[in-house]
Amino acid sequence: MEKLIAGDIYYLMYLGRAFEYKAKEHYMTGDISGFLHLDIGQEALSVAAMKAFEKGDVFTTYREHIMAIARGMEPKYVMAELFGKASGVSGGKGGSMHLFDPSHFFYGGDAIVGGQIPNAVGCAYARKYQGNLEGVMVVFGDGATNGGAFFESLNIAATHKLPILFLCENNEYAIGTNIKRAAPFKEQYKKAEPYMLTKAIDGMKADEVYSAVKEAQSLIEKGHGPIFIEAYTCRFEGHSMSDANLYRSSQEMKHCKARDPLPYFKEKMLNSFNFSQEEVEALEKKANECVDEAVDFAANAKEPPLEALYEHVFYEELNNVVS
Amino acid sequence: MLYREALNRALDELMVKDENIVILGEDVGLYGGSYRVSEGLVEKYGEKRVIDTPIAELSIVGNAVGMAIGGLRPVAEIMTANFSLLAFDQIINHMSKFHYMSNGKIKLPMVVRFPQGVSRQLAAQHSESYEQMLSAVPGLRVVATSDVNHAYHALKKAILLDDPVVFIEHELLYNKKGEVDFNDTQDPFKARVVKEGKDITIVSYLKILDDVTASVAAIEKELNCSCEVIDLCSLNPIDYETLAKSIKKTSRLVMVEEDHKTGGFGSQIVSWAAEELFYSLDAPPLRIAGEDVPIPYNRKLELASIPTVDSITKKVIEWGHKNGL
Repeated sequence: MEKLIAGDIYYLMYLGRAFEYKAKEHYMTGDISGFLHLDIGQEALSVAAMKAFEKGDVFTTYREHIMAIARGMEPKYVMAELFGKASGVSGGKGGSMHLFDPSHFFYGGDAIVGGQIPNAVGCAYARKYQGNLEGVMVVFGDGATNGGAFFESLNIAATHKLPILFLCENNEYAIGTNIKRAAPFKEQYKKAEPYMLTKAIDGMKADEVYSAVKEAQSLIEKGHGPIFIEAYTCRFEGHSMSDANLYRSSQEMKHCKARDPLPYFKEKMLNSFNFSQEEVEALEKKANECVDEAVDFAANAKEPPLEALYEHVFYEELNNVVS
Repeated sequence: MLYREALNRALDELMVKDENIVILGEDVGLYGGSYRVSEGLVEKYGEKRVIDTPIAELSIVGNAVGMAIGGLRPVAEIMTANFSLLAFDQIINHMSKFHYMSNGKIKLPMVVRFPQGVSRQLAAQHSESYEQMLSAVPGLRVVATSDVNHAYHALKKAILLDDPVVFIEHELLYNKKGEVDFNDTQDPFKARVVKEGKDITIVSYLKILDDVTASVAAIEKELNCSCEVIDLCSLNPIDYETLAKSIKKTSRLVMVEEDHKTGGFGSQIVSWAAEELFYSLDAPPLRIAGEDVPIPYNRKLELASIPTVDSITKKVIEWGHKNGL
């Protein structure tokens, strides 16, 4: 990893966490409503995977604010979406769980567990058909690996040797159900092993995530076909704001927080990438300012007009196309 | 030309022009399609464009959504409507919602073809109709095609549109004969008056429309009246304008559908007419629909579960006599 990329990753991880804490704060005040799934604790995976997979297409889940920002969406437009404003990335119609930006080849933001996986497989088919092997990355949690959509997708991706990276974020919990109570083993890559190359990594270490995803994309680009990476992570918060996180003991949370990806990578920044303390602090300051600006922007942005209710139900009005 | 040949021709004519159009489904390629709709296309366009899928309906529709996001124009085939239930998450949560949820940023130019309905003794798991559920999903265009000419034009439009379309065909219509009018300029997504009349508006769609048409002569003779028959063609959005024009003229509405009566699609048409055209009506609307039972295997029972030429004729005549005709 180059110094420049390391700096970028640290900045985005720090920004991501600050963004999530602000979102939490504004959920408490009522500016943000609905379901809000915070990514605090999993910033290394969300940022480093996006930075490593810089080409291609991305499909992901409802816990995607940081991924969307790392993919290139401006934090102010993401925050505005959380606030339900017209200038939000989805015009205030999607909310926290549905961030879309085709200009960054980022297609949500899917809130049906596992539902985005077949879409990513279809997109990978399209890309291969078009002669483009940059690859599609689909991110999903360990909970999704117990569903039919996941198994169908492994089968089809392997049958057609599609350019796709399955990235499983295994934080051990499907809302409040531990993976050990929902699957016969903790390591979900075992489910993909008969179909494709698999790799298990520590998802709390940005450098490890970055190099694994980078290597996978490079293999996919050379025509290797599908690859499965399982990243072990730990979310610091409940599943969503409505989850009090009562199913995890204080001891478990202590272990979890000892794996905090931010201090880990800060140490790398200082000792492996030769950043000075001042340089790191400057990045942190810049990130905090960016998040403050995002909140200001979102708070002052306009609500969508009532007419927006009826817009984009259909793309074409009847009669627009002559067959 | 047969109905299935008209569909095949529509696919072929567009596939030759646009290599982004791909077909996917169970046995659509080498086998030629369960109802032979895609016959000959794999030989012409290759296995990359006519894709035989595993028996995995969720993925057939889910992959089509992803293909459309990726810039293709997929035409997915569900072998028979009952199997589509495995794909309903993709149809309802994904296919119909991405355009709206993304505030118009995502377009899904895709078609899901749906052979459905009571065929011949296929029993309860191969005979159902789902337009009542599908037409109630905002963002999903639902088209039902009842004849050769319409099948050709409507499928072409469905493929060319940038909206997701569920395209409903009826399993008993594939060998129906007819002519394609290549100069037909009517919008295939609008209702069509298939027979003009002045006393009763009979609204229907898909295969049961043929039974309506076959019952009209006896009805007209017995009631000494004339019937206007309308093929809805599009079940979402509904062409209320064409319906209102006809009902205001005839003052009477009969809705005929093959599907189970309770919660059936026709209830929307009748409730709309009751709300909007109450004072234009000279009689309470009549709904003729299937029985509220799973479709049985036995032929006698199967026929008793859906409207037929005889039952439509009898019910309309009884209703006419009761209501001053």
